[in-house]
Amino acid sequence: MVPELGHFALILALCIALVQSILPLVGAARGNDAWMALARPAAQAQCLFIAVAFGCLTYAFVSNDFSVKYVAEHSNTQLPVAYRVAGVWGGHEGSLLLWTQMLGLWMFAVSIFSRSLPQEMVSRVLSVMGMVAVGFLLFMLIASNPFERLLPAALDGRDLNPLLQDPGMVFHPPMLYMGYVGFSVAFAFSMAALIDGRLDASWARWSRPWTTVAWSVLTLGIALGSGWAYYVLGWGGWWFWDPVENASFMPWLVGTALVHSLAVTEKRGAFRSWTVFLAILAFSLSLLGTFLVRSGVLTSVHAFATDPKRGIFILAFLAVVVGSSLTLFAWRASKVGLGGRFALVSRESMLLTNNALLLVAAGAVLLGTLYPLALDAFGLGKISVGPPYFEAVFVPLMAPALFLMGIAPLARWKQASLPELAVRLRWALAVSFVAAIVVPLAMGHWSTMVGFSMLLAAWIAATSVVNLKAQLAHVPKGRIGARLAQLPRSYYGMLLAHLGVAVFIAGVALVKGYEAETDVRMEVGDTAHLHGYTFRFTAINAVKGPNYTAERGTIEVTRGTESVVTLNPEKRLYIVQNMPMTEAAIDAGFTRHLYVALGDSITPTTWVVRIYHKPFIGWIWGGCLLMGIGGLLAAFDRRYRARARAGSAQLAGAAGLNASAAG
Amino acid sequence: MKPRHKRFVLIGVGIAGLALSASLVLSAFQKNLVFFFTPSQVAANEAPVGKSFRVGGLVEKGSLKRDADGLTVHFVVTDTAKSIPVVYRGILPDLFREGKGVVTQGKVGPDGLFRAEEVLAKHDENYMPPAAQDALNQATAKTAAQSVVLPPKGK
Repeated sequence: MVPELGHFALILALCIALVQSILPLVGAARGNDAWMALARPAAQAQCLFIAVAFGCLTYAFVSNDFSVKYVAEHSNTQLPVAYRVAGVWGGHEGSLLLWTQMLGLWMFAVSIFSRSLPQEMVSRVLSVMGMVAVGFLLFMLIASNPFERLLPAALDGRDLNPLLQDPGMVFHPPMLYMGYVGFSVAFAFSMAALIDGRLDASWARWSRPWTTVAWSVLTLGIALGSGWAYYVLGWGGWWFWDPVENASFMPWLVGTALVHSLAVTEKRGAFRSWTVFLAILAFSLSLLGTFLVRSGVLTSVHAFATDPKRGIFILAFLAVVVGSSLTLFAWRASKVGLGGRFALVSRESMLLTNNALLLVAAGAVLLGTLYPLALDAFGLGKISVGPPYFEAVFVPLMAPALFLMGIAPLARWKQASLPELAVRLRWALAVSFVAAIVVPLAMGHWSTMVGFSMLLAAWIAATSVVNLKAQLAHVPKGRIGARLAQLPRSYYGMLLAHLGVAVFIAGVALVKGYEAETDVRMEVGDTAHLHGYTFRFTAINAVKGPNYTAERGTIEVTRGTESVVTLNPEKRLYIVQNMPMTEAAIDAGFTRHLYVALGDSITPTTWVVRIYHKPFIGWIWGGCLLMGIGGLLAAFDRRYRARARAGSAQLAGAAGLNASAAG
Repeated sequence: MKPRHKRFVLIGVGIAGLALSASLVLSAFQKNLVFFFTPSQVAANEAPVGKSFRVGGLVEKGSLKRDADGLTVHFVVTDTAKSIPVVYRGILPDLFREGKGVVTQGKVGPDGLFRAEEVLAKHDENYMPPAAQDALNQATAKTAAQSVVLPPKGK
């Protein structure tokens, strides 16, 4: 009964989505207020019905309803309840439902937090989002219904893929999808601006916080995925340039460009067409990511669908979205205009350069991801493009971008002077060179790669300090705390996110430069040495988990005479799927991780053990966290809320609908 | 500089930058392509010597042997027609099994031994790496074709 209810809720949501995607748009074109006013309640109702469907599927999982095919394929009575809930998005159908749910939530949020926007704009935005929802709901109902029944019902389920039975996997897909789908808001705003033919600073101010939130959440989602790969999949690696990872990285790169381009559009009214183009591109790449990951084109832990109908549907949907939005762009972009002029050396030109570099990087990732697939699809042979390609491309592309990242926030808009910048930044440069020389030597030995990376990381950090000092100079004198509080939240957000990049680079470089690993054959009682630590294999015991059995090793780590930690790596065997899994044990410190994993067993008491010493690897995710928090801080800047208040006051006073007049 | 000149400079710099980055990307791409070969192709000397490539197929049953150090493993990858001996030092992925599909990346030495730098993990018990499946299909197709082309000698 409950699954049918969920199915019915999806059908209702589709009907509402159809209404939402047509009537408000027509209403906006004809100036029909009643039709336009439909947008908000329709979006809210649609979100509600998707939530009902989502709740029904969750209920089916928690109550072990194996008469639902999807539940039978992805759950089991032995599975702990938390993973049963996560199982909802553990497969193809459910992850589409999650996608649609996220879209519903974003629509809901837009309908609530858009009081200051002109009605036409809100109607068009929600209408475009409704169209996207129609596509996904149709797809679910036609080709991937999560509520399909299994008759007769299975006695027990086939269990969730053990790789996904991990706390990281509970949060990674929702975060990632929230980010992916969040770009649909920027996309919808761009479409609305193109239809309207009007794009100004106030438009940028409306769409900017949404894009920034989406970008921040995507950053955190990717970081979670990378962390999961580090301790579950990866034998200690944190990024593999796997097509599935690339699929999430491309929207991130373009999204990063978009966030900065939007800043210029808001502050200077420049880059308008470019911003719209980036918004289209970011969302298209999010769809492409969904397509790549969910269609079965890529075979990996993520790819569930083997049904070609599905792949073709997503491909057709992608073609419609990209084709129609680019056509609209080509047709209307001239109306939107290019925006303000700027000199060869100015903050605008630096941001534009970085935008271009980010886009080239995204293009390079796209090439490396799609070319092997295309070649294979046309039967021209099988190739693969490994990490060396991506590394060879990224270092020279990102180095100038990171260098400019230090300068741009200090450069003047419109026209900057290089000599003046050089004078202001000479100390930052000196500090960076010192860091570039001192840090590698302090870590043990010189390495050009690490030195260069530290130069860039320190450069970003040092220029941030110079920037903060310069900003404080504009604030009236007083106590330092009071003066710091005067600066806007979005400014701190920017600083924090940029510092996050510096921390990230430092982490990547130090791990790559100084990590140590050893694979050793260890019998109980044996010891191994790595980087001054002694690892003593003291025991191996059989343990039983809720749905697996495991061999759990005990490894005592000491340094000199001092005890450091006891690690318990496991080799698990998940019973239902008869699948072995390596569960690494990690001692996560601020400056290093100690990572121990059990390899193959040679005799019951002799194992191949892999031991890593990974300096500063935690900084990689710490940097991502800073970027994410920085983005959120910027998105919740007071000025957006102040505008909202001013806007509703205007509405209440029945003054002009267009809050942009105040901008 | 007049605005018109400035625009020329800007466009010129832009094009030069794009050309530079495009050539960087493409040359890196070309240098780092890794091709896939089946054991039959390797046996026919189609695979490059001294350059890294991938080979895939099934791990031959009973071929997995471990050296005394416990770390170096030997196994044979086959596409049922031809096979190639592989040596690898390190920890095998969790789902590496005899009789199951595998893809490995490395170089072939003058002795015909394939020195693997990487043995690729599978994510699922029933999942066959597409490349390995392809190798098997190719070998089967070839045997079938040969049996048609070459009639029994007796006739």
